Amino acid sequence: MSVIISGLLLGGTYALIAVGLTMQYGVSRIMNLANGENLVFACFIAFWLFTTFAINPIVGIVLIVPLAFVLNWLIYTYAMRPLVDRAKNRGQLEVDSILATFGLLFILQGIMKLTFGGGYFNYNFLAVPVTIMGSNYGLNRIVAFIAAAIIAGALYLFLNHTRYGTAIRAVAVDPVSAGLVAINVPRASAFAFALGGALTAASGALLSTFYTFNADMGIIFTMKALIIVIMGGVGDVRGAVLAALLLGLAETAVATFIDPGLTIAATYALFMLVLLFRPQGIFGKRPS
Amino acid sequence: MTWLNEKERRIAGFAAIAFGVVALLPLVDQGYYLSISVNIVMYVVLCTAWTLFSGPTHYISLATAAFFGIGTYTVALGIDTVPFPLLLVIAALASGLLACVVGIATLRLSGIYFVIFTLGLAELVRQVVTWLQTNFSSSLGLYVFTDFGEKHIYWMLLGLAAIVYITGWLINRSRLGFAMQIIGNDETVAKHVGIDTARAKVILFIISGAFIGIVGAILAPRFSYVQPPSAFNPMISFQVVIMALLGGTKRIWGPLLGVIPFTILFDQVTAYFPNHTSFVIGIAFMAIVYLLPQGVLGRLEDLGRLRKRFRMVSAEEGNNP
Amino acid sequence: MSAAILSLDHATKAFGGLIAVNDLSFSLQDGELLGLIGPNGSGKTTVLNLISGALKPTSGSISLGGSEIAGQPAHKIARLGIARTFQLVRILPSLTAEQNVVAGGVFGHVRGWGVEAHERARALLERVGLGGRGDSPTSSMTYIDQKRLELARALAANPQVLLLDEWLAGLNPSELKIGIDLIRELRNDGISIIMVEHVMDAIRSLCDRCVVMSSGLKIADGDVHRVLADPEVIRAYLGDDHA
Repeated sequence: MSVIISGLLLGGTYALIAVGLTMQYGVSRIMNLANGENLVFACFIAFWLFTTFAINPIVGIVLIVPLAFVLNWLIYTYAMRPLVDRAKNRGQLEVDSILATFGLLFILQGIMKLTFGGGYFNYNFLAVPVTIMGSNYGLNRIVAFIAAAIIAGALYLFLNHTRYGTAIRAVAVDPVSAGLVAINVPRASAFAFALGGALTAASGALLSTFYTFNADMGIIFTMKALIIVIMGGVGDVRGAVLAALLLGLAETAVATFIDPGLTIAATYALFMLVLLFRPQGIFGKRPS
Repeated sequence: MTWLNEKERRIAGFAAIAFGVVALLPLVDQGYYLSISVNIVMYVVLCTAWTLFSGPTHYISLATAAFFGIGTYTVALGIDTVPFPLLLVIAALASGLLACVVGIATLRLSGIYFVIFTLGLAELVRQVVTWLQTNFSSSLGLYVFTDFGEKHIYWMLLGLAAIVYITGWLINRSRLGFAMQIIGNDETVAKHVGIDTARAKVILFIISGAFIGIVGAILAPRFSYVQPPSAFNPMISFQVVIMALLGGTKRIWGPLLGVIPFTILFDQVTAYFPNHTSFVIGIAFMAIVYLLPQGVLGRLEDLGRLRKRFRMVSAEEGNNP
Repeated sequence: MSAAILSLDHATKAFGGLIAVNDLSFSLQDGELLGLIGPNGSGKTTVLNLISGALKPTSGSISLGGSEIAGQPAHKIARLGIARTFQLVRILPSLTAEQNVVAGGVFGHVRGWGVEAHERARALLERVGLGGRGDSPTSSMTYIDQKRLELARALAANPQVLLLDEWLAGLNPSELKIGIDLIRELRNDGISIIMVEHVMDAIRSLCDRCVVMSSGLKIADGDVHRVLADPEVIRAYLGDDHA
């Protein structure tokens, strides 16, 4: 039971990271491999706000999210848009965006290493145990889970019940047709990329309250997010949430019952199964 | 040698002489220059082997570190009981087998799945090896004691480089090479002219992976003490991608143009600015995407075309005074 | 009556809720030139995709010379002797014209290689009217020349069945005449052909028989002139007012 609850709590944060990535890939068509660095950057900012100004990380999100939104908007406009414009087909854009965001990954990593050093960081925030069904869980994990759920819920409402959200979903389905019905596709793409970055940054701020982080670990999170996105089906928010919870569970189970050193192996086992049997994602329709 | 034409014979002769000259290096220097030359030849083999697969398919493989590490571990595990040449063969088979499994799982699907899968492959194998070692063996590392010095490693790598170039050249002339050229142009057409595209890609990935495994095996004596983090160093994968693309992947000798400058640059940066290596890697990726999308090779070919056109224009002007 | 070389038996293809090809049955006789016509979106190209293996049928059977090919991957079907051209012409841009043709005769029904394959390719280029153009880069070719090249690539496999997907579309009147003559020569050589086409003049002058589709269903099958006079066919094309 405690494995299930810990797994779900971890999965909640994963879900938010993956939803951020699926916005960037599903709508803007940019495979952003620097997404994990975005997350770690937010961890560091939350850490810095908390330790220097004693700003509560939950309040810190209010500062971090707009900052990440603006930064990602700039990255899209100045670095990614030229690639979209010159790409002859989707395959070329994928290769270009992968390489460019690798570049971004290492540059961001370099900045963080120079600023904060290569050590491990954590801080104490709401580190009080809460008892649920006979086992103890950190209050910070529960708060992070609830905050992630609220943010994901808000996103779901935005995408499915607002005019602009519908426009963004239209771009996700078919950018060319979306343009024909007078949706400003470049702007919607930039918006989705920025929003995705902001969501990932929010999950980073939440993660930092209970997770020990360092400047190198971004890529691990990118990888997990990618696997979640593919398991859930590209561009599918609901699928991403479910896949994230599954992954959280699988990792916690493997770490508890077999060896904490094998979490990546567990992730990959899941990934392999998905690729072999449902490459279109858990909820995805078979491509025709 | 009737199957070589005039031009090919000239290139082969030139290449043989170049290899001979380069092989004399250890007689001149056994210190810094030999050491960096080992690095250069190592990356030449890695990048050329990488290009065999990723050049025509445009699939970005980040599996290099995984194959390399498997090669290194093969030697580390067997050096006391198995003769070294046989270990090289086993390393090739083991990494080829891994390439086969990964290829079958991912190459039927679009390129993005492949990149993501290979991105974590080295980490996956590293975790499994670490877990096996902590649970089934007494120590985390393995000693590799051999009589091989830097110069022996250098010569072995040079020999392997020659084999990789010849293999690449043979593939280009074969049906497989032609099939890859068609797949690179239009995969739909490839299927409809009867090419089993998934099979062709998997075969090429196996060949590429096997060569990378052999490099890892040859390099094992250089480590002397092999541990999972050093054998499965993910940076190798990234550096190989950078150097190969920086050079250009359209021709088999393209990566060479990227390997030599980048290895020297990276060596200098590591020595003098060890905290800035991430920036070099990052900026190199950016440079490839925004400045050199076809690599140095592409720029050279553009220049060649320009010169040809210039000559034609000036010849015409000469005719019409 | 000669034997059927290719036959579709209750072939159906559904994309989610949309049934693109609905319970379609027809057969192609050996040496026949069959026209497959119908309004836009009636499922003609989907039929070619099912036959050539680009798509798998949801149900039903397709057989070539008596053996089942439905659901087999495209490369296997190509090796059995079905060659095709594409609605939007697909040339291999980085290869020369000759290599483009060679590509059709190396991996499929014909597995030639080396000098002999190149000689065949040159002969085929000659045959489609591109003689001596083997070394020219394909990117600078005109539209009709690219279509000729694609046809030569399909012929390089020495196919039992050739599928032409709107091969005549987009040609100007004089090119059209050349194109029609070329297809007629192929028929006279005895190749079995299915051509999806909107150019009715071509269908009238070339085909022995035609199959008409509308909304995924077969609505007529038979002699060209009789079928084209069928009120139901006219209604499918032009609407009720004209029937």
